[in-house]
Amino acid sequence: MNNYDNLDELQMSVLSEIGNIGAGNAATSLAHILADKVMMSVPVLQIINVSEMATILGGPENELAGILVNMTEDVQGMLLFLLDQEFICMLVNVLMDEHIQSLDEISDIGLSAIMEIGNILSGSYISAISTMTGLNIGLTTPQIAIDMAGAILSYPAAQFGVMGDKLLFIAEDFLSGDSAIKSHLLIMPEPKSLQLIMESLGVC
Amino acid sequence: MSKLLVVGISDQQVACPPDTLITYALGSCVGICLFDTMRRISGLAHVLLPQAINGCNRNEVYKFADTAVEELVKSMERLGCARLHIVAKIAGGANMFATTGRSIGERNVEVVKSELRRLNIRLLAEDTGANYGRTVEFDTQKGSMIIKTAGKGNKIF
Repeated sequence: MNNYDNLDELQMSVLSEIGNIGAGNAATSLAHILADKVMMSVPVLQIINVSEMATILGGPENELAGILVNMTEDVQGMLLFLLDQEFICMLVNVLMDEHIQSLDEISDIGLSAIMEIGNILSGSYISAISTMTGLNIGLTTPQIAIDMAGAILSYPAAQFGVMGDKLLFIAEDFLSGDSAIKSHLLIMPEPKSLQLIMESLGVC
Repeated sequence: MSKLLVVGISDQQVACPPDTLITYALGSCVGICLFDTMRRISGLAHVLLPQAINGCNRNEVYKFADTAVEELVKSMERLGCARLHIVAKIAGGANMFATTGRSIGERNVEVVKSELRRLNIRLLAEDTGANYGRTVEFDTQKGSMIIKTAGKGNKIF
């Protein structure tokens, strides 16, 4: 298994299920943070290239926030949450009691709140994978970039570009109150780690 | 009618006036604009990585800086450009997330520059590094490179 292209159907559905459980955990955490009910859609797992990914995210120049967390210890790789402008503003407004309407208005303290959300969301996902596989997975401190979708995606594209052009990502919608929030998560375990995850789950 | 020719990731295109070449949202990638000052033919390449590892992916010449620059020069030469008259302007190579050590963006810029030196092509302008994305537009009429950013303003080189 040296790139995401040759995953078979069973392996894909295993990853979807991981995404499902991870998203469930994440929705629960979000509900706690927002002190509101959070519903989620069934996550969709896709393996696509960077250009297609940019289109899904509203075009390469669409401005959004990317929160990057690296996986360490048993599993190497990265998680990249891509949150749209509306979602970020909503989170900052609820958490910091502010009234921002665009990413340009975000304060430093707002940024660190978003990073904390990234921390909590990635923790939720990773604990799902960790529990299912029995693997020990560490996470680095999140890093945030607010920029054009294409520019943010160049990071995983370059990190994984040597093994192919495809990215593995999970898309899901969270619903809270009146607002539907689109979130996208790129899960990029390194090939060896992906193999290890599959082996730990008895899928090979 | 002038056309807007879009260059994708790991891609290149050659154009003549009055067309404009564009590549969107470069992060760590580097956009290389080449311009023949005599023939007024322009080329734009968008490279993702400095070089292929272990000689794999050798079929993807436009993806790697160490092969893409020369390929773009060759494409222009096939249209009658002379290397002597080709000049370069480059942009991109940002480090989007605060990583430690040498970033891919930095290495991309380094390899692009050394390729330009090796091919005897003069580098006239660059807008590289830092931590933000850039859209690169090349006006084949004026030979100017226009950089657009999200919240960091626009620049013309």
